[in-house]
Amino acid sequence: MNPPLRALAVLAASALAMTACAPGSSAPPAATSAQPSASSVRTDAAALGNVTLTIWDQEVRGGQAAQMKQLNDAFQAKYPNIKINRVSRSFDDLNTTLRLALSGNEPPDIVEANNGRSSMGAFVKAGQLRPLDAYAEAYGWKKRYPQSVLRYSSYSADGKTFGDGNLYGLPQVGEVVGVFYNKAKLAKLGLQQPATWADFDAALAKAKTAGEVPMQLGNLDKWPAIHVFGTVQSRGVPADQISALAFGRKGASWNTPENTKAAEELVGWVDKGYFNKGFNGQGYDPAWQAFGKGEGVFLIGGTWLLADLQKALGKDLGFMLPPGTAAGAPPVATGGTGLPFAITAKSPNPDAAAAYIDFITNADAMKVLTTTGNLPVADTAQQSVPAGPQQDVFTAFGTVTAKDGLVPYLDYATPTFADTLGAALQDLLAKKQTPQEFLATLEKDYKTFVESNG
Amino acid sequence: MSGGRPPGEPRRVAYLYLLPAFAVYAVFLLYPIGRAVQLSLYDWDGLSLGRWVGLDNYLAIVADEGLRAAFGHALVLVVFYAAAPLAIGLGLAAILNHAKVRGLGFFRTVVFLPQVVAMVVVAVAWRRVYAPDGTLNTLLGALGLDSLTRGWLGDYTFALPAVGVVGTWFESGLVTVLLLAGMSRIPGELYEAARLDGAGAVREFFAVTLPSVRGEIAVALTLTVIAALRTFDLVYVTTRGGPGDSTSVPSYEVYHRAFGLSQIGSAAAIGVTLTVVIFVISFGINRFADRRVS
Repeated sequence: MNPPLRALAVLAASALAMTACAPGSSAPPAATSAQPSASSVRTDAAALGNVTLTIWDQEVRGGQAAQMKQLNDAFQAKYPNIKINRVSRSFDDLNTTLRLALSGNEPPDIVEANNGRSSMGAFVKAGQLRPLDAYAEAYGWKKRYPQSVLRYSSYSADGKTFGDGNLYGLPQVGEVVGVFYNKAKLAKLGLQQPATWADFDAALAKAKTAGEVPMQLGNLDKWPAIHVFGTVQSRGVPADQISALAFGRKGASWNTPENTKAAEELVGWVDKGYFNKGFNGQGYDPAWQAFGKGEGVFLIGGTWLLADLQKALGKDLGFMLPPGTAAGAPPVATGGTGLPFAITAKSPNPDAAAAYIDFITNADAMKVLTTTGNLPVADTAQQSVPAGPQQDVFTAFGTVTAKDGLVPYLDYATPTFADTLGAALQDLLAKKQTPQEFLATLEKDYKTFVESNG
Repeated sequence: MSGGRPPGEPRRVAYLYLLPAFAVYAVFLLYPIGRAVQLSLYDWDGLSLGRWVGLDNYLAIVADEGLRAAFGHALVLVVFYAAAPLAIGLGLAAILNHAKVRGLGFFRTVVFLPQVVAMVVVAVAWRRVYAPDGTLNTLLGALGLDSLTRGWLGDYTFALPAVGVVGTWFESGLVTVLLLAGMSRIPGELYEAARLDGAGAVREFFAVTLPSVRGEIAVALTLTVIAALRTFDLVYVTTRGGPGDSTSVPSYEVYHRAFGLSQIGSAAAIGVTLTVVIFVISFGINRFADRRVS
């Protein structure tokens, strides 16, 4: 045999030898049966002895990092027996490494796991996260958090049902997708903040006639149009239908007249020239930065843009929930939470871990979050913030959560839906697909998943 | 004559000397490759127990229209990464070498410069160039060609060529410098002889220069074709495979499936297929170059 052939033979032989055992662990740790009752939970963290908690978070930027450091310091000061070993990584890095870390023998005690099916759902399915219901009862978390928020980190024990079942994590911050607007430009156009969806459409039309860019969109990164579509969709499609679709539940369908109307309305916006030119080739960041520089009257975006936009536009920046079809209609908006903090099934110190999660999400913590420029997910109405865009955002989030009007991000639906929906929306907006073809693409992914999910 | 044994230690002992190197090679290369081959035969999400699916993941590559398209896009990129830079490189190198340009070192540095910059930085910079309000459109506007302006990376027709042009820009310098080195080794007498035979500059190029740098061309093609087929960073940063799926390539699909969709088996199958394709193509290029030389 010549050397390359020999190498191939060795390779083939070793590959065959290894196919004997399947990858992955066969038996998930029996976390569900080990769930303690509320009475057996020890909530006195000071009495837990010397413990070290390893915590993986993704709070690396500005105000996020500041609140985390402040809360960690306060926790250490209060409970000197518990040592915090903080590992902080960017969102992308955490997402790509968490899977490996959790399948190891000594995973971190607490991790920030993305809510969706491909992260938290998969971890629950593999039995790697601990259900927190006993702790929720002991600490009163279900009173602290609105139900529309808690469901974002709830799964059935087998990981198949999202939005219902056991509680697997608690988030610190809230997010809602609404409409940012440029107050100065609205005033120049002689317009008020639109009170209804029809007003909003009229404002877009008037901005177009006046030669302004009515709405900024940067859709090069594939996902940004998801938020715009979600906003249009939640005007016409009932909230419970959107929730069923977005949580990947059985029984809903994309092929409905309401969804068709939403897709048609979005295409209509393209036809009427409501978006900036070349939006499919514009990056997400350049788009909102352009809005910050005063190009464009409206921007559909999430509250996470507040700090940067406020820096750029100051008092000219306004934020509102997407207006309803009628003036007094209950608010519905796409939104959710920051990444929830979850306890791993293999953690030897679940009581200490739960005490930590309680500490960074209690009423005092929410105040810390506010002062460091974040949007706290609970007690939002109790926070005092200066009048202006930040107050607009707090009011909007408080209103929509109080009335359980948050609908989930559409890309939660299936593990592949972010990609399917993002690509399909690029196709729709570029008129490569008709609204019917667009919805058929979504329906196919959704149905395939729902059927295999059982 | 004591048997036919060659002098020195027996063969079996000689292999022992190779063992340490082989062990390192096996641990860091053969084992991971074998493991990837193994994973490609399973349906595995990276967490729970994998399910044996045999060759299904490979069949999916053939059956899945999107994946077939990804391999097709990689082949289009080969034109931009390898063929175009080779044409440009041959031209540039011939001119630089022939004309004995003053400050040759300076020009050589300039054309090689893109290679020094990390691909991610290159991609970020070109993203700005192609943006709707970017340099390219500004330039077109200034030339009165407003009708041509567009969001280049978001345009279904132009996104893939736009990505490809970045590759051309990136690889041309490398090819030029490689060929320039080859050309500088051609003995001057050959050119003199050609000139005495009445050859012009063009004839000279095809009769003397081109055959002499065949080895360098093979090296350049091997490097650039591999770079084209495994393109990842450029697509990841500029378009994420969009708009729609019009710029997705196999390497991007490997990453996307393994880390985005948690379809580890499928990702491994694409990776293995890509490895085989790259191996076959670069093997072919070198075979071709060797045969022609000897």
